[in-house]
Amino acid sequence: MTQPLRDIGESILFSLRSLYGLHGYSHYKMNKFEEYDLYARNKDFLISDSVITFTDGNGKLLALKPDVTLSIVKNSKDRSDTLEKLYYNENVYRMSKGSRHFKEIMQVGLECIGKVDDYCIYEVLTLAQKSLDAISRNHVLSVSHLGILSEVMEKIAVPDGSRAAVLHLIGEKNLHELGSLLAGLGVCDEGIALLRRLLSIRGRTDEVLKTTGELLRGVVSDDTMTRFTSVLSALASEENLHIDFSVVGDIHYYNGFVFKGFVEGIPTSLLSGGEYNMLMKKMGRSSEAIGFAVYLDMIEQYIRKPEKYDVDVVLLYDDTSSLPQIGNEVQRLTDGGESVLSGSVLPEQIKYRKLMKMRNGRVDIIETDA
Amino acid sequence: MKPMLNIALPKGRLGEKVYAMFETAGFPCPAIRENNRKLVFENEEAGVRYFWVKPSDVAIYVERGAADIGVAGKDILLEYEPDIFELLDLKIGKCRMAVAAKKDFRDDAGRTLRVATKFSNIAENYYLSCGRDIDIIHLNGSIEIAPILGLSDVIVDIVETGTTLRENNLVVIDTVVPISARLIANKSSYKFKGEAIDRIVSEMAKQVEESV
Repeated sequence: MTQPLRDIGESILFSLRSLYGLHGYSHYKMNKFEEYDLYARNKDFLISDSVITFTDGNGKLLALKPDVTLSIVKNSKDRSDTLEKLYYNENVYRMSKGSRHFKEIMQVGLECIGKVDDYCIYEVLTLAQKSLDAISRNHVLSVSHLGILSEVMEKIAVPDGSRAAVLHLIGEKNLHELGSLLAGLGVCDEGIALLRRLLSIRGRTDEVLKTTGELLRGVVSDDTMTRFTSVLSALASEENLHIDFSVVGDIHYYNGFVFKGFVEGIPTSLLSGGEYNMLMKKMGRSSEAIGFAVYLDMIEQYIRKPEKYDVDVVLLYDDTSSLPQIGNEVQRLTDGGESVLSGSVLPEQIKYRKLMKMRNGRVDIIETDA
Repeated sequence: MKPMLNIALPKGRLGEKVYAMFETAGFPCPAIRENNRKLVFENEEAGVRYFWVKPSDVAIYVERGAADIGVAGKDILLEYEPDIFELLDLKIGKCRMAVAAKKDFRDDAGRTLRVATKFSNIAENYYLSCGRDIDIIHLNGSIEIAPILGLSDVIVDIVETGTTLRENNLVVIDTVVPISARLIANKSSYKFKGEAIDRIVSEMAKQVEESV
C-alpha cells in the first residue's frame, strides 16, 4: 500500500523516545530561540559555525538553535551530588556543507548531567548502541577516549599548541602526515610509532583492549585505562562495537569517551556523542556530563526508499455520478487499505497504481501501473 | 554475494597510473583497459567496481558514499576539506601549490594583497597563517593572466614544471604546500568494508615504498 504520509524518521523517533523514557530519561522541551551570546562564546563546540540570528522587540540578539546540548547545560542544575537524565527531540538549524544554505535538522538525543559514574557511561553507550539498532541491524558504534589520546600526547611531548593539528590528522587516519608533523615537532621515533600503532589497532573488542592495555602500560594512567577497559568490556555485541582512536573531538570541550555511530548505507556518522566535562568547566559548572545526538535527517535521506507510486488509486468522476456514489466508492477503497486521490481531472505527472473512472455510479479500471 | 568495493578513479593519466597500482595490488578489472567511453567497470570476482570521474569530484563521490574509496590530489582535499579518511600518500602526481608573481613584484605589506586563485580556501588559510590581509579573486582558469593584466598582485596555483609560469614571465615566490595523490576512504564505508580497504592500503603501501 502506498502511504504518502509515512515518515520513517518519525517511527524511529517514536522508538527512541520510548527507549530513553524506559531508562528513566525525562523529556526536555526547550524554546525555539536562544540568546546568540551562548553560541558566540562556544563557537568551536558547534558543528557549523553559522547561526541564524535576529533581534527581538527588546533589542536582544537571538538565534535559532544550531545545537541543543549548550542550552541544556545552561539550564541544568550545577550539582555534582545528583544526576539529571534528560532526552530531547528538537529541530536545529545548521548551514549545510557545500551549499551554504541553512537546513532544519531533526535531532534526538540524551544528556546525563551531574554525578557521572562508570555505570552512567556504560548506560549511555548501551543506549547509543540500542539507538543504532533501532535504525538498522547493520550498524557500528566506534568508540575512542580523548583522555587516553591527551595522555599519550602529553607523554610523547606534543606541544600544547600543536595538539589540535595532531588530533585533526588522527581523525583522518592520516598516518603519513602525522608522522611528518610529529617528527617536525621533535617527537621521538618511539613516540611516533606508539601513536601510529594505537591508530592501526583493530579487531575483536577483547583483543583490542588487551593490545591497547599492553601498548599503553606506563604511558596512560591506571585510572584512565581501568575505566576505559571496564566500561568497554561490559558492553555487548562484538561485531558492532569498534574501538577506534580516530574518533576525536575538540579537546577544549570533550575529555573522556567519545563515540560515533554508523549505519551501513549512510555515508556519514548519524550518531555522535561523548563526555564533555571540559565544556561544563568552560560554562562554570563543577558537575560532569555525557550525552549523544542522533541526526534523523540522514535517515530520511538514505534509508527511506522512494515510493514507486504517489497514490494507489486515482478515481476520476464526472457529473453523471452523485456525491454519495463517489463518497461511497472512496470509502470502499480506503477501507480496503488503498490510498485514493479523487477528482474530475487527472493531475499532471502523478504516478498511480490504478486509474479508475466512475460514470453513472459505475466504476471501471482504465489503467494500471502508470 | 560478495560486497563490492566502489572505487572512484580520477580521469586522465594519473587515473591510469592509479589503476595500475590497484591492479598490481590484486584488484584487477581488465575491462577498464578497453578503449571505449564506458565510465563504470566491474569485476565481481575481485569484488571491485571502478568508475572514472573528474579528478576534482573524486572527494565528493567518496565523502557522499557513492564511492567507498578513491584517489584525489592533496590540493582538492585541502580546498574542499571533505570529511574522509586519508589513508595513504601514493607519492605520484607530485607537484606543489605555490605563490607566483611577476618577476618585478615587490610585496608592499602596507596594502591588501590581491590574490587570484582557483583554490580560495587554501589561499585564505595560507595567508591567515602568515597574518597577511588579502583580497581573494576567485578564477576558474588561466590564473597566470591575472597578474599580467593587473587583476591581481599574485596567484596561488599548482606548479608542476613551472613552464607555464616562465612563459608568462611569472616566478614562484613561495611554496604553500607540496601536493601528491592520496588514497581516501569514506568514513562509514571503512566501518563496514574495512578489511578489504586495509588490504588495498597495505598492498599499495608496499608499491609506494618500492618506488621511492
